[in-house]
Amino acid sequence: MLSIKNIHANVEGKEILKGINLDIKPGEVHAIMGPNGSGKSTLASVLAGREEYEVTEGEVLFSGKDLLELSIEDRAREGLFLAFQYPVEIPGVSTTNFIKAAVNEKRKYQGLEPLDAVAFLKMMKEKMAMVEIGQSLLSRSINEGFSGGEKKRNEIFQMAMLEPKLAILDETDSGLDIDALRIVANGINKLRTPDRSILLITHYQRLLDYIQPDYVHVLYKGRIVKSGTKELALELEEKGYDFITESIDQSANV
Amino acid sequence: MKEDLNLLEQAAQNDYKYGFVTNIDTDTIPKGLSEAVIELISKKKNEPEWMLKWRLKAYAHWLKMEEPTWPNVKYPPINYQDIIYYAAPKKKEQLNSLDEVDPELLRTFEKLGISLDEQKRLSGVAVDVVMDSVSIATSFKEQLSEIGVIFCSISEAIQQHPDLVKKYLGSVVPMTDNYFSALNSAVFTDGSFCYIPKGVRCPMELSTYFRINAENSGQFERTLIIAEDESYVSYLEGCTAPMRDENQLHAAVVELVAMEKAEIKYSTVQNWYPGDKNGQGGIYNFVTKRGICAGNHSKISWTQVETGSAITWKYPSVILKGDYSIGEFYSVAFTNHHQQADTGTKMIHLGKNTRSRIVAKGISAGQSNNSYRGLVRASKQATNARNYSQCDSLLLGDQCGAHTFPYIEVKNKTAIVEHEATTSKIGEDQLFYCRQRGIDAEAAVALIVNGFAKEVMNQLPMEFAIEAQKLLAISMEGSVG
Repeated sequence: MLSIKNIHANVEGKEILKGINLDIKPGEVHAIMGPNGSGKSTLASVLAGREEYEVTEGEVLFSGKDLLELSIEDRAREGLFLAFQYPVEIPGVSTTNFIKAAVNEKRKYQGLEPLDAVAFLKMMKEKMAMVEIGQSLLSRSINEGFSGGEKKRNEIFQMAMLEPKLAILDETDSGLDIDALRIVANGINKLRTPDRSILLITHYQRLLDYIQPDYVHVLYKGRIVKSGTKELALELEEKGYDFITESIDQSANV
Repeated sequence: MKEDLNLLEQAAQNDYKYGFVTNIDTDTIPKGLSEAVIELISKKKNEPEWMLKWRLKAYAHWLKMEEPTWPNVKYPPINYQDIIYYAAPKKKEQLNSLDEVDPELLRTFEKLGISLDEQKRLSGVAVDVVMDSVSIATSFKEQLSEIGVIFCSISEAIQQHPDLVKKYLGSVVPMTDNYFSALNSAVFTDGSFCYIPKGVRCPMELSTYFRINAENSGQFERTLIIAEDESYVSYLEGCTAPMRDENQLHAAVVELVAMEKAEIKYSTVQNWYPGDKNGQGGIYNFVTKRGICAGNHSKISWTQVETGSAITWKYPSVILKGDYSIGEFYSVAFTNHHQQADTGTKMIHLGKNTRSRIVAKGISAGQSNNSYRGLVRASKQATNARNYSQCDSLLLGDQCGAHTFPYIEVKNKTAIVEHEATTSKIGEDQLFYCRQRGIDAEAAVALIVNGFAKEVMNQLPMEFAIEAQKLLAISMEGSVG
């Protein structure tokens, strides 16, 4: 599904990612954890194609295609979805219309006819129930005046509508209270399928109480310094990041 | 970011789609302006003596006036002797129906997407088409006349309804009002006239498409709409002009009169040739539009979507004379390339308990300049006057400008005037968000811009709103990243 090989990336001339390697197979859920500033969100941005991030080395294969050669929109149309840490407000554009445009752009790319109003509405109803989101939210301007929880739920709703092959969830748990977290996590769990991969980016272990990852990776100073199963996340929760980072920093100083 | 700018530049290189010239025999007079020219115009239009006198009086005023320099626009001096003040398609005979209209002319309208046949059949819109200076076809006239509505060209009104014209012409925009209104008063060639009698709710949208066609001919329309007590009318004005190298002067005057409990809704979609991407050519659009809420509880609402013209100088205004009268101004002005727009409104509160609302949305791209200029005045007698103004500017790219010039004059302590203004750029974050959802940059910008303009678009009648949306999309085509 996704194969990241030795990715190095700069922002404003500063190297943030220093050689990331990661393989994600269909249906797998990987969690990337790490202290603030370790490069987690940079990795998400690089995969989605954000232009301020300059990839200086390495390659990424996505369903056999050279991901880095694709435009931002083509990556999305190929099935890469990014749930934003800070979803953006677009005044005057209703959430429904926005998602309709997105769904139909993807269909066009796949050589399909646009969904008619009836089919689109039917699909919306289904997915709305799945992620527990109300109609009133969807008729409002996208993300404008939404609470933190509403924004994140709306992201998951868009994920449900766009049915991606790979969903990257960038700190989707941040800023959520426990109830909102549960609703969002439930939505994500319902969207797990045998051929959909998920990359969870999170600072805290608590999200992983709700979404069980197959693998956990610790990102530190632009490299994956430790990988394991979900037990690694529990260990991190117990001991903090220090137990890994200190040994790394020490060996670097030797 | 760099890519964004490149895409913005592409947007700015979009060609004007309505640039073609119709080959129709045109009856023109030589260039230049003088008493003799005005007499000739008046004679060609077979006008009564009083009309000629009125024109000459305006001309005498104009000679004493100076062109205004306060707008935030720049253009080389206009040579008023280098303009043709009258051009009419040569009349072969009286036209009784659309079938008799020059097929070439009909094709022109088809290119514009406003085939009269289609208009007639589908939309129930009565269309009074002004091709250069003379009305070609007026449809639905009979249906309207049954309920007493007069909808005809101003030339015809001068002949057929001289008392109404004499009474109201220049009553809202005096010939001495400003430089361009004086010029218009002297040389206006045609335009529309609407009269809605007492208690009549006009059952259809009245619509006029103006089109500048003959080369080098300035167009000076004159529109007059009178709504008697308890009447209602919605009037649509749409404009396109073919591509030209020389700048063409356009100085229209529109006057609206709303009597007691009457309501006039006036909507404009303007996409005249804005000039090429280097700022060559394009229309100079210097328009005076003003309405008076003469009666108590009357209402005048201006809605405009301005995407065209090299220079726009336009302030549709409302004089709120009647108590409890309401004035509204909703505007979207889009400028691209080297276009300059200085537009806004004036709300003059004279009566008690009068209310006004201003929603102005400016969108600037390329190297264009977009200014909002608005005056809200509450006079001494205007007890409890209320105004709410909102001016939002959206910038596409970093070479364009947005400016806001609000003027507020309040002479009554009970008046409440609110003004809000915002300026924003289409954010990279917004674009990235859209693109990450598979919406390409161009579609994303159209989406964001239409969202920005939505509050104003919602004021337009349905068919018109769709046309306006298309126009915005065309103006931005090849757009942003």
